[in-house]
Amino acid sequence: MNAKAVDHSEITVAFHAVKYCAPNHTATPILSDITLEIRRGETVVLLGRSGSGKTTLLKLVNRLLKPSAGEISVNGQPTDLVDPIRLRRGIGYVIQEGGLFPHYTVAENIGLVPGLEGWGRDRIEARIAKMMQLVGLELGEFGGRKPRELSGGQRQRVGVARALAADPEILLMDEPFGALDPVTRAELQNEFADLARRLGKTILFVTHDLREAMRVGSRIVMLAGGRIVADAPPSEFLRVDHAEVRAFANSFAMPNEARA
Amino acid sequence: MNLLGFFSSHRAEILEATLAHLFLVVVSMAIAIAIGVPLGMILVKRARLRAMALGFASVLQTIPSLALFGFLIPLPLLGGIGTRTATVALVLYALLPILRNTVVGLTNLDPAVLEAAEAMGMTETQVLMRVRFPLGLSVVLAGVRTATVITIGVATIAAAIGAGGLGTFIFRGVAMVNDAVILAGAIPAALLALAADGALGLLERKLKVV
Repeated sequence: MNAKAVDHSEITVAFHAVKYCAPNHTATPILSDITLEIRRGETVVLLGRSGSGKTTLLKLVNRLLKPSAGEISVNGQPTDLVDPIRLRRGIGYVIQEGGLFPHYTVAENIGLVPGLEGWGRDRIEARIAKMMQLVGLELGEFGGRKPRELSGGQRQRVGVARALAADPEILLMDEPFGALDPVTRAELQNEFADLARRLGKTILFVTHDLREAMRVGSRIVMLAGGRIVADAPPSEFLRVDHAEVRAFANSFAMPNEARA
Repeated sequence: MNLLGFFSSHRAEILEATLAHLFLVVVSMAIAIAIGVPLGMILVKRARLRAMALGFASVLQTIPSLALFGFLIPLPLLGGIGTRTATVALVLYALLPILRNTVVGLTNLDPAVLEAAEAMGMTETQVLMRVRFPLGLSVVLAGVRTATVITIGVATIAAAIGAGGLGTFIFRGVAMVNDAVILAGAIPAALLALAADGALGLLERKLKVV
């Protein structure tokens, strides 16, 4: 395995005292007191139930949302001082069902950001081929298909390939495998965990699935009520003494484990 | 005089009126599209202006066509008797369906796709041209189709202000109380409308994504 040399001490994404309120709902913030440092090469899973604020936190990184208070930095630069277009071109984004463009072929979807970045045609084509190989899709068979001609798992693979196409240092993933059947989901989780280790990208991964968090994460950050309530590597996460962690652990325990 | 007899004896005249009618419709539609589609694109990101523009276009639509032609006649530059005034009125009528469908087609899209486009670092113009427009094109075209059919019908009334076209036969037939003369205008107009509806419907289905 040719792992990239990654400097794990460098902080890529930093939240400092961040608060976020939805417009017109300033009384009940969605996120409060978020201070979080993410190092290069980490795969940080944001775990929490629906409405805990994990997707909001993700969208603050690429400035799809702006914080109500506090500061967010990417690669040492406060995001409010960077052109949002430039910022986003350097951050891959994967969402549930992929959010693929239905009027573009698989290859066109993957080549889109390199195209926006003004790469030459040959370089884009080489990159498309490489990305499809990376996510295990045959270029000849799938390159010319439209998203609707793919299965859910294949669409998700294309979503990952598209997000990685311009070689961003940071990858944001919002429940990327949420809409898949359990078997396909487990396959993709394992492949993805392996891929993440090999690529050395900094990854923020949103999920409400504890098993998924354990499988893909190098660190699990748990959100409850818009606050960080736990922050630990998977091996130590279940030992964290917090009611929400116990609630998640209980809900995912197998019946015979629960009896034991 | 029976219908077939009138048609065969006035072949050339009917053909000429049909072409004049078609010309009036094509010119009016071209202008309405040139105004309505870009205006709709501009309004995608401007919610308040959008409501105003759609409201204004709706009000125009409620003015009875004969009254609108009448209102336009005394106006300088736009008004007077003839094709120009008729074109202005037809453009105003065609504007609402085109504008409304452009706005709906470009805004009523899968939010996940729009979010992905924004998150990938597309500029607003790129989102508009590469995502919203191609995905909403069939809805825009449906508006053009509706507008075309309306325009073909309303254009018959334009004969009342001397714009020519198939309406000439209809008004003459009404004055003469002669059904054959009325139908010499009404049948070609109906066929034009059906043909335009069919052809544009075909194009619309062809451009539909998903």
